[in-house]
Amino acid sequence: MGLSLEGYTGIARSLLEKAGAKVGDYIRIRRSDGREFKGVLMPRYSISSRPIIVVKLDNGYNVGVRVDESTVVEVIKTKEALLEEARQGAPAVIPLLEEAPSGERKPRVVILGTGGTIASRIEYETGAVKPAFSARDILDAVPEVGFIADIEADVIMNILSENMRPDLWEKIVDAVAKRISEGADGVVIAHGTDTMAYTAAALSFALRGLPVPVALVGAQRSSDRPSSDAAFNLISAVLVAAKAPFAEVTVVMHGTISDTYALAHRGTKVRKMHTSRRDAFQSINSRPLAKIYPFEKRIELLRQALRRRGEQELEVSNGFEKKVALIKYYPGMDPEIIDFLVDRGYRGIVIEGTGLGHVGEQLIDSLQRAYENEVVVVMTSQTLFGRINMNVYITGRKLLSVGVVPGEDMLPETAFVKLSWILAHTDSFEEARRLVRENLAGEIEYRHTIDLYPRWPH
Amino acid sequence: MIEQKIDPSKYDPRELGLKVGLEIHQQLDTRHKLFCGCPTELIHEEQGHEIDEFIRQLRPTRSELGEVDIAALFEWRKGRLYHYHAPRESTCLVEADEEPPHELNREALIIGLAVALALKASPVDEVYVMRKIVIDGSNTTGFQRTAIIALGGEIELPSGKVVGIQTIAIEEDAARKIREQGKYTHYMLDRLGVPLIEISTAPDIETPEEAYETALTIGQLLRLTKRVKRGIGTIRQDLNVSIRGGVKTEIKGVQRLDLLPKIVLYEAIRQKRLLEIRDELVRRGVREEDVLGQEIVDVTTVFEKTRSKIIRKALRSGGKVLAVKLPGFAKLLGAEVQPGRRFGTELADYARFWGGVGGLFHTDELPNYGISEEEVNKLYSVLGARKEVDAIVIVADRETNARKALRAVLERAAYALKGVPKETRAAKEDGTTRFMRPQPGSARMYPETDIPPIEVTEELLSEARKLVPPKPQEKIKVLVEKYGLSTELAKQIIRDVRLDLFEELAEKYGSEVSPSYIASIFTNILRSLSREGVNVENIHDYHIEELVDAIAKGRLPKDAVPDVLSYIAKNPEKHVADAIKELGITVVDREAIEKMIEEIIASMIDEVKEKGLRAMNKVMGRAMAQLRGRVDGRVVADIVRRKIEEVIGEKQ
Ligand SMILES: [Zn+2]
Repeated sequence: MGLSLEGYTGIARSLLEKAGAKVGDYIRIRRSDGREFKGVLMPRYSISSRPIIVVKLDNGYNVGVRVDESTVVEVIKTKEALLEEARQGAPAVIPLLEEAPSGERKPRVVILGTGGTIASRIEYETGAVKPAFSARDILDAVPEVGFIADIEADVIMNILSENMRPDLWEKIVDAVAKRISEGADGVVIAHGTDTMAYTAAALSFALRGLPVPVALVGAQRSSDRPSSDAAFNLISAVLVAAKAPFAEVTVVMHGTISDTYALAHRGTKVRKMHTSRRDAFQSINSRPLAKIYPFEKRIELLRQALRRRGEQELEVSNGFEKKVALIKYYPGMDPEIIDFLVDRGYRGIVIEGTGLGHVGEQLIDSLQRAYENEVVVVMTSQTLFGRINMNVYITGRKLLSVGVVPGEDMLPETAFVKLSWILAHTDSFEEARRLVRENLAGEIEYRHTIDLYPRWPH
Repeated sequence: MIEQKIDPSKYDPRELGLKVGLEIHQQLDTRHKLFCGCPTELIHEEQGHEIDEFIRQLRPTRSELGEVDIAALFEWRKGRLYHYHAPRESTCLVEADEEPPHELNREALIIGLAVALALKASPVDEVYVMRKIVIDGSNTTGFQRTAIIALGGEIELPSGKVVGIQTIAIEEDAARKIREQGKYTHYMLDRLGVPLIEISTAPDIETPEEAYETALTIGQLLRLTKRVKRGIGTIRQDLNVSIRGGVKTEIKGVQRLDLLPKIVLYEAIRQKRLLEIRDELVRRGVREEDVLGQEIVDVTTVFEKTRSKIIRKALRSGGKVLAVKLPGFAKLLGAEVQPGRRFGTELADYARFWGGVGGLFHTDELPNYGISEEEVNKLYSVLGARKEVDAIVIVADRETNARKALRAVLERAAYALKGVPKETRAAKEDGTTRFMRPQPGSARMYPETDIPPIEVTEELLSEARKLVPPKPQEKIKVLVEKYGLSTELAKQIIRDVRLDLFEELAEKYGSEVSPSYIASIFTNILRSLSREGVNVENIHDYHIEELVDAIAKGRLPKDAVPDVLSYIAKNPEKHVADAIKELGITVVDREAIEKMIEEIIASMIDEVKEKGLRAMNKVMGRAMAQLRGRVDGRVVADIVRRKIEEVIGEKQ
């Protein structure tokens, strides 16, 4: 049975098994109190083990029905029979747009899927969301992209964003490089939003030479809902991939909570700043590259790019060191945490320190030991906004003296990805420490104008 | 031959086999909204609030079988955008669809369960929140969250008739539409998320009056919980109406209860008339395939020199005039299906919906609207149509739109041979209804995966039991015993939407103003003012409280009450004190009256001493000569009696 009785345990499960019922079947439940329920058996997502069977009634609503040993369950119609009936009664599928794109050659854009659902369908009988990711599926769901570019699509992995890992960054880098070398005019990567900024940074460092734009895109509201931001963001990302004059790795997401424009953020300066808002992604200590108006199919540049489209040849330096840690300092932090990392053979540690780049004195000896063991330690700030400056206070100067490298205005996450990348490409401790301070992919801004700090309501 | 006009009084709903089911939506008076911590009070736009705004698009979503909501698709294709206004006072990220919903409001669930128990419904064991796709922008998410909390049940009408209850659901109210402006529809988000209870009855209702009684009885039961909101827009009815041989038609958005019987009757008549049209078509030998096989013809040349402004305008902007023949339909398009609404109007609704055109012309109404007889004659000849036999429909618009519109007209006309199509219709102010959209399929309900199911525990049920409203008979008994109302008056006041206000005022002012009089403000004075055309909806609760307070303090004579209320209805921003001043009801304070009466008594002290209370009339007469219209006579009488008694007491 397995999946066909998803979530059911105990009495509910044995009643269903006895009836030979599976999720999606039309069943009848007769209880000893005389009440009777008819409906489609739904999976039970609840973690509780209460003896409850969930059915979708004829009016479309789900209800939970408590059952006991004396309850009788029977299957009235199987899922297959129901689906067949529904198929016969269903009207012809209507395309979202009446017009079709012209046959003329458009820029080639490859959309790579890494997980999540930029396009999806809702399962008729259970309401489960099923991902759809062929080029055909995408064009059905978001036909507008077909007017901007000739779309190819490929699923390179299917994982939840929080399960992203450095070895998977390498896989994404390879896939992007392959598509660019095959002639793509731009690449879009559909990615879960939680760790999208890390992946964006990883691509920024690994794609040393980049001739076309690479746009990461995601959705803060899942694509099965009418209010999803998935289509708006995808159209914007495809516009960037197809038309943007810059060849950079960007994150393309809603610019505000309105469906007005998206922003293309530089992959090394972008951070998810909100748990749920559409405009969660913001450039920190930096300004986005462009505003994207998807309805008008217009790109408005906001600043100079690192490199223009077609300026460089593709050059890839793939690889990320796994023995790198990102840790956040907190009052009273135990130095054993540093010692542990050093003893376990970690080659790099990025610290999110306080203020200008400090940690408590109790860590100094452990950091000294890390230095002696050639572990690269980089200082960033919990404040996120502003630049590290370890010359102002005594603790900062002590930290410098034990070899801690100031991380300029880098985001802690970007510094982490950067250090992982550097350490995979050099065995020299000193070279690694030098590279950390070098601006490799626009991750450091040397000038912060007054307006770069947002104003909060008061 | 079919009559062109209809007389509603000639239709007997019972004979037609009328069946009506009601869906009653009532806002609950909870501390916060159904899925967030925002308060449930609406803002008053004129008061100036901090309002954030944002703009969204809603995309139609597909079911597994590829179905897409057609009404939503059309709006999206037109580039419809929704402009939301989010007052900070009453909305948060949840209403803006920028944060997942919080858990379902327990208070709303308990009130809902209490109503379910009062209706003898059986609560479900676990409540599942669903998403019902609604893509008109009234929900920022594109769906309404709704959950069935109980099944079955019944309600007994005062006539003794029992109407079954099918389902009881708790759901979130939608945003308030404030205006349309080009491609933007503006919504105010304060109402979004206010908890509603939805009670769906079985189609047991057999007459328009029963529909009214059912709505009234359920409304009364809801109010007796004292946990529901009242006022304009806090209760809404949807209807399902069918007659024998007809089809279950959904009618949305009945806001005024008094219109309900008319809407039901008119819908029964519409279905009956559609059946008559079908029979007439059959009698004329028209076949479905004859209709569907008609060709759509470009007749732009016929109208090259037309005087019709509408057609000239369409042609100027590059449009065409297309026409189609409806064989055997002569005189049917002009036939009324509801008072003032012809079968041609039904076709026009379809043309608008499917073709996005402004409307159509048909030969049953031509020549007219600037279209000449000559042009009509040409139409007949171009289309090879026979006068007095066939009808012709024309549409002037962009060619693609006009073609889609006429295709829809043909399909609707062909359906006339089957009878009544399955539709969702919108109620209009005159009791008629218009086509809104085809009925959506059941596939538009999906589980709300962001909200965990809630087990209906014994603890929840016992809290609900505490809120189960008293039965009307019990409540009447209480009102009679506690406030000394007559049974008749008690019966009237428990049907009044402001029952709770009455109780509040009777409690507070009962010792100074008789509760029967307070009740009569609602059951008598306000109602007769309403009959006289005074807009009593403008009178707020605080106005009525001010009024009773003024009476209690002797500042307002009762005979001036109707004038004060009429004044308030016209000037709802004013207060009762303003009304008293504006209307020249002089404020005479109690002390002044007492002093005046003392003086009157002193001036005739011998007579008073001699006659005692028998002198009261004379004293009253003199006092009222000065006070009439300014002070309630009864207040004066009380003082006179007391003063005379004091004088007599002195003597003794
Ligand atoms: Zn809220």
